[in-house]
Amino acid sequence: MRAIISVVGQDRVGILNRVSGACAECNANIVDVTQSVLQNMFVMVMLVDITDIRVDFDALTKKMSALGEEIGMVIHVMHEDIFNSMHRI
Amino acid sequence: MLNIRDIMETITMIQEENLDIRTITMGMSLLDCADSDIDRSCNKVYDKITRLAEKLVSTGEDIEHMYGIPIINKRISVTPIAMLAAVSGGDPVKYALTLERAAQTVGVNFIGGYSALVHKGFSAGDLALIQSIPEALASTEHICSSVNIGSTKAGINMDAVALMGRVVREAAELTKDRDCIGPAKLVVFCNAPEDNPFMAGAFHGVGEPDCVINVGVSGPGVVRAALQKCPDGDLTEVADIIKRTAFKITRMGQLVGSEASKRLGVPFGIVDLSLAPTPAVGDSVAHILEEMGLEICGIHGTTAALALLNDAVKKGGVMASSHVGGLSGAFIPVSEDAGMIAAARSGDLSIEKLEAMTAVCSVGLDMIVIPGDTTAETISAIIADEAAIGMVNSKTTAVRVIPAIGKQIGEELSFGGLLGQGPVMALHNDRSSAKFIHRGGRIPAPMQSLKN
Repeated sequence: MRAIISVVGQDRVGILNRVSGACAECNANIVDVTQSVLQNMFVMVMLVDITDIRVDFDALTKKMSALGEEIGMVIHVMHEDIFNSMHRI
Repeated sequence: MLNIRDIMETITMIQEENLDIRTITMGMSLLDCADSDIDRSCNKVYDKITRLAEKLVSTGEDIEHMYGIPIINKRISVTPIAMLAAVSGGDPVKYALTLERAAQTVGVNFIGGYSALVHKGFSAGDLALIQSIPEALASTEHICSSVNIGSTKAGINMDAVALMGRVVREAAELTKDRDCIGPAKLVVFCNAPEDNPFMAGAFHGVGEPDCVINVGVSGPGVVRAALQKCPDGDLTEVADIIKRTAFKITRMGQLVGSEASKRLGVPFGIVDLSLAPTPAVGDSVAHILEEMGLEICGIHGTTAALALLNDAVKKGGVMASSHVGGLSGAFIPVSEDAGMIAAARSGDLSIEKLEAMTAVCSVGLDMIVIPGDTTAETISAIIADEAAIGMVNSKTTAVRVIPAIGKQIGEELSFGGLLGQGPVMALHNDRSSAKFIHRGGRIPAPMQSLKN
């Protein structure tokens, strides 16, 4: 099972470090990372494998959301299926 | 990996544009609960609902968390209760109270199916159930009722139309101390669908499986936001944008419905391709029409804009789902749509225009507050007009009007929650349709019914 972690906000030092650190704490394996600037906002998207995560999915979502507040970014964790079903035929 | 723009588009739809799954509705047959003893019958109804729907709400919430998409309502639709009342006899309100108790036990928002299908005539149980509707709606909170009084195949049962005018009025009178909430939970249909997941008109038809999951999607805000990015395109481009957006919205419904069906071990029925507004700002069908270039919803051009919207929603949605059903189209419930409320308040949206709009979109005259002194005959005449549109055009139409007892034009009713609030709208109350309604009988089925 895989999830997409999206991080949006003002670019600054250490974002990738903090988010990937939180992933490691939950044993979520980062499969791919891509980042870009959309409409003057920094956007980072991570594809993570959550098959063996140590917490349940809900807890991971909450943890990331709290981390986002701490570092001044908006972080969402969503199941990969939702994107695949919407954007792939 | 997925395109970063696609990912951000999905997140924006959900976080900022109010994309949600409006409802997961579990349809279940209660035919096997029928018993000649009404109390035994009620016990079986309660047991079956609480057994099959035990995990409905928690499963819905689990899926919400897993996919990060809000599922606003978890609901149940049941076999028209008139069929159980036909077997058991007795006071049908007992069934309403049983359903209410079951709704509270399993924690669903609504149970629909306090219904009767009388498009060609009344059979055992039908009259008793219809006459009990006002009391049933006044004595419960989570029960929705519907009556099908016409169809393209059968014509319109004008005796039932006359009766329903009185029932709607009485339902309002019994709940006048609660902003006349009774008739807000009562729909009078022509060509009622058997698999509709939306309230207040949901019931579980006799041709349906024992238990099934149907899903209703929503997303007027998403469609409007997509159109905002194309301020000067022609209407072909507008239709294409709506189709693309509807496809994406419907895919959400398909995903959530399949997942719910898998987790609950219940077959997946249909996705209802609907644009269902809420009173929240940014979730309005009227605002989509205005985005197309109408200064306000209700003026000339509104019917054409709505026809385009409704058709494009279906064309986009139909490929996104394996099975499409229910009402499938844009809803125009006045009190549930911020743009419609504003247009009704300013006098730009009239009931005549709404009637025209219902010829080209889903459902009908929906959530319209009418003057408190409106006679039962006038309400019946409104129902007859709307049923005629449905009958001739082979489509579902419905009437859900709320007589604001003791109130007149300029005043408002407020129902709270998704039912919203609305101003009293003007009718032709100074002239009477009573003689036409009192004739009774049936309006014969139109030529369109002879397709064989």
